[in-house]
Amino acid sequence: MKLKSLLVGLGLLAGVGAAQAADDPFKVGFVYVGPVGDLGWSYEHDRGRQELEKYFGDKIETTYVENVPEGADAERVITQLAKSGNDLIFSTSFGFMNPTLKVAKRFPKVTFEHATGYKRSKNMGTYVLRTYEGRYVSGVAAGMLTETNTIGYIGSFPIPEVIRDINSSFMAAKSVNPDVTMKIVWVNSWYDPGKETDAANALMDQGVDVLLQHTDSPAPLIAAEKRGKRAIGQASDQSSFAPTAHVFSVRDDWAPYYIKVTQAVMDGTYEPSDFWGGFHEDMLSLASINDNLPADVRAKIDETYAKIKSGEFHPFTGPIKDNKGNIVVAEGHTLTDTELAQVNWYVEGITDEIPR
Amino acid sequence: MIRVQARTEPSTLMTFASPLLAIMLTLIFGSILFSALDKDPIQALHVLLVLPLSDAYNISEMLVKMGPLLLCAVGLSLCYRANMWNIGAEGQLLAGALGGSAVALMFVDSESFMAMPLTLLGGILSGMAWAAIPTYLKVKFNSNLILTTIMLNYIALYLLIWAVHGPLRDPDGFGFPESALFSDATLLPVLSDSGRVHLGVVLAVLLALFAWFILSKTHLGFKIRVYGADEPAATYAGYNAKGISWFVMLFAGALAGLAGVSEVAGPIGQLTPNISPGYGYSAIIVAYLGRLHPAGAIIASVFLAILYMGGDLAQIEMGIPIAVVGMFQGVLLFFLLACDFFIRYRVVSSRENMA
Repeated sequence: MKLKSLLVGLGLLAGVGAAQAADDPFKVGFVYVGPVGDLGWSYEHDRGRQELEKYFGDKIETTYVENVPEGADAERVITQLAKSGNDLIFSTSFGFMNPTLKVAKRFPKVTFEHATGYKRSKNMGTYVLRTYEGRYVSGVAAGMLTETNTIGYIGSFPIPEVIRDINSSFMAAKSVNPDVTMKIVWVNSWYDPGKETDAANALMDQGVDVLLQHTDSPAPLIAAEKRGKRAIGQASDQSSFAPTAHVFSVRDDWAPYYIKVTQAVMDGTYEPSDFWGGFHEDMLSLASINDNLPADVRAKIDETYAKIKSGEFHPFTGPIKDNKGNIVVAEGHTLTDTELAQVNWYVEGITDEIPR
Repeated sequence: MIRVQARTEPSTLMTFASPLLAIMLTLIFGSILFSALDKDPIQALHVLLVLPLSDAYNISEMLVKMGPLLLCAVGLSLCYRANMWNIGAEGQLLAGALGGSAVALMFVDSESFMAMPLTLLGGILSGMAWAAIPTYLKVKFNSNLILTTIMLNYIALYLLIWAVHGPLRDPDGFGFPESALFSDATLLPVLSDSGRVHLGVVLAVLLALFAWFILSKTHLGFKIRVYGADEPAATYAGYNAKGISWFVMLFAGALAGLAGVSEVAGPIGQLTPNISPGYGYSAIIVAYLGRLHPAGAIIASVFLAILYMGGDLAQIEMGIPIAVVGMFQGVLLFFLLACDFFIRYRVVSSRENMA
């Protein structure tokens, strides 16, 4: 046993690489921006990877690299995944867009999929979640639950996705509670429990009693639990962090898409596209809806979810005015995915400016 | 009874033996760690320490990683030699990236041959300017350099984040916090076909050698060493303490600024909010591993670059989680610095004082 591993090791030291056999499994690589233990964004991507492995069994082999900084290192890590024989590579953070594109050009036979970006090529597609759908249901719940008529939003970065979701939440809250106002705090990070706690406390100090977050750590839920307020979980089921405060979590589920793309690349039917997944594709779901919610709130949550899932209702259907009085979505028009990707205005009623 | 005794002279033998001892201890620890995780320890050590140098691409990438570490560490070594406890390389690096990007973005549609040199100059001057703030506060008001430089790291980061969300943001980038891609004329020339190793890495090595020359062959270098070793003696000899402080800090700022601008105008090719994975902080480790010597910094920065790359490769090749890699790296650095203890101290057994 010892001797064998020693020999294997020496063989590798001598650079005897195993030649690729014909029946090698299909290899899929993943690049995560955070640790797989973040219990949020990267954790959910990794859960998708595990589901993918379960689904295909021995036919595929997956590899991941976690905690990859979005600077000069990303290109190297993606290159090394391509070099080590991965046939399909998912890079799961916006900052990986340009590095992924550069590597995709150099490895035309490898397929690349980049989450949340807008650049595509012959062998590189993009995929994103309709997070605004989950955010709309969150807004409805927050609007009904708030007693101070003030809800809070912890923003990460002022990019279209976050701006869009702030709008979606606020329109939803307004639809059930005309007196509601929203306060927004930016933490300039996707995952920073310290700053998220500070932001949560700052919002609650200003009278906020329901917290929405566009960041990935459970810190705001913990802060809300401590002060007897309410909060909505993001990306994964975060109910265990705040048994009382937790309303529900909008959970990401990347597995359906990972399975679909892997199958397509294996079959040779893959075409790069700009894929949007939400309630309808079961890539977003409401996890652990709290039993302590009033019945009318619970009913409204279920109803809103069902309407969005069936396609009966789209949050960005006109007429919508921005907070400067301009009509940004005309009556009868629903924003297309391309337009959704470019939202850079706040809806009427948000008394704040987008940081420039 | 075993006790520790200070040596009258640092041991020459231990100066060379201590890193070897540290590496042996780490290999033993690593073998136990990886075996406990059911990973082949020899393969793991091979992936962590040898694979980063296994082909032209990996060597090139190792050099890309080494560049900013080396630049920051050389500057810090000089500062620490002169008892200037500059923890601000990270901020100076970010200031360099920001200043350089501001220049580079004036040349987005230009192929001018001046674009690249002016961008580098912008980065260097920005790094120096950022280093000048705590130096002035220190020289003028004797403020605590450690605190001011740390705080300025955060200010530089937020300044960069503000700029990349605001004035320097790509107007065609859908509001994402990234600048436009720099023009080819702005980018540092790449030295090999197979990788991303660029002119900045060459400059880093040349500057390390230059710093070595200054420190060991010039009067200024002598003054820095005397000042650091014995401040009262330096003052008595009439050395200009303020001048020395200004020189080492501005030199360090220039190097860190160059490191920052070399990242944005090198492998990254644009300004993003995530320029540095903490190079300025890691450089403190590099400076100490290199025994505060510019030549030592070259070896130490290569070493740390290998370790960082090995960490990624261990995940790709063997599925070793990053936390385990981090533990291995931490233990290695701990042993390296801890074994230096034996250069100045020795362990003796004695029968004295046995009551």
